[in-house]
Amino acid sequence: MKILTHIGAYFIMLKMIFLKPTKGKVMRRLIFKEIQDLIIGSIGIVGFLSFFVGGVVSIQTALNIENPLIPKNLVGFATRQSVILEFAPTFMCIILAGKVGSYITSSIGTMRVTEQIDALEVMGINSINYLVFPKVVAMTLLPFVINISMFLGIFGGWAATIYGGFSSSADFVEGIQIDFKPFHVTYALIKTFIFAMILATIPSYHGYYMKGGALEVGKASTVAFVWTSIVIIVVNYFVTQLLLA
Amino acid sequence: MIEIQNIHKSFNGQTVLKDISTFFERGKTNLIIGQSGSGKTVLLKCLLGLFEPDSGKMIFDNQKLKSMNFTERRKLRTETGMVFQGSALFDSLSVLENVMFPMRMLTKMSEREMRNQAKEVIHRVNLINANEKLPSEISGGMQKRVAIARAVVMRPKYLFCDEPNSGLDPKTAILIDNLIHEITKEYNITTVINSHDMNSVMEIGDTILFLKDGLKAWRGSNKDIFKTDNEAVTDFVYSSELFKKVRSLYIN
Repeated sequence: MKILTHIGAYFIMLKMIFLKPTKGKVMRRLIFKEIQDLIIGSIGIVGFLSFFVGGVVSIQTALNIENPLIPKNLVGFATRQSVILEFAPTFMCIILAGKVGSYITSSIGTMRVTEQIDALEVMGINSINYLVFPKVVAMTLLPFVINISMFLGIFGGWAATIYGGFSSSADFVEGIQIDFKPFHVTYALIKTFIFAMILATIPSYHGYYMKGGALEVGKASTVAFVWTSIVIIVVNYFVTQLLLA
Repeated sequence: MIEIQNIHKSFNGQTVLKDISTFFERGKTNLIIGQSGSGKTVLLKCLLGLFEPDSGKMIFDNQKLKSMNFTERRKLRTETGMVFQGSALFDSLSVLENVMFPMRMLTKMSEREMRNQAKEVIHRVNLINANEKLPSEISGGMQKRVAIARAVVMRPKYLFCDEPNSGLDPKTAILIDNLIHEITKEYNITTVINSHDMNSVMEIGDTILFLKDGLKAWRGSNKDIFKTDNEAVTDFVYSSELFKKVRSLYIN
């Protein structure tokens, strides 16, 4: 029953995000700050991880090709498919649930503990709109980060293949061009957008409704990460079934 | 003036406020005192609109809170200032930005007007060279001053303070008490302070409401509190050795 209460409260919070909006000038400033913190601040870690994950995928694929009849361009093909379909959108969003999600929960949770949210409410400000809406808007830019992740993942695969001598550059490039379906990128970006909304709102919920002190802020961040990851994995299954099956 | 009539409030079947009726006068510092768990904070939060009472009336200058529409309630919010126990300053904003915040959010004033008004109030609370500092860079006493400045920058009709001098050394605590008292007189505000500090009662308690177990146990001024025979009040007031000695000196 408790989980139903949480789900209900979460959807009420979603409604509150769009009610009694904060003044446009103030909101614009908040949105730019969140873009800086949540999006631009994530590009470095996402790029770094994508490059090496792409490299590992290509090495694993190349090492598992033992049959000489299998063309060498399969390494590029497998890397592209893995990176575009799952590693960039899903894997990176789960990593961001740790980075961005815990930042959101702890920053809102600390505001709750230190009565800053009460201060907003006393002034007649819709604190959910003030705190969560800029994060939701900023996270709509996550697909751009995931595009960078896709590019760097494939580039990492190419670099690892050439550097390891598993196949030629021409074979790898041929592989990433074979049977390319642009819809796969669209699918990846659609699900990234959905994950971005999950990443903005579930950690916000856990931060906003937390009770207690500093220790509970830490606990709320952990719980938020767990639930964000679970919801991303489950939603990933349904979106894939819906768009690709 | 704020008048409350027969306020009841309970949480999960446990009654926290029972039939509280009283009034808080304009231009006076009205203290709500009592032991921890007596219902002080709940009463203050009811007055602030953060909790909805189960029953009873709250009247702000002859206007019933329940009969106010959305616009009237919003206006009331702009006429209300609050000083939180932990100051509740926004960490990412400088002192000046914190004081400007209510004006930025609730008015259409120009940047220059907001800055001028904020600087004037910061000067009034005796804060010097702190405008560009972050809350984390100033002392607890200075944070309280910023919180007071933020609460009164919109020239509110009502000022609420939740234990404004908790965590401060006795000298700073008295300075903060006196500052609130002076501002209350100067701006003619209805000030309601939630406290369990007897020094505050003696310094600035124009009127005092004593709560015990969610009930109104006594009401009077800081002059009357030492004369009363009310057992609940005397138990609370003379719980420390210092005040026992003060009382014996007073009686003798």
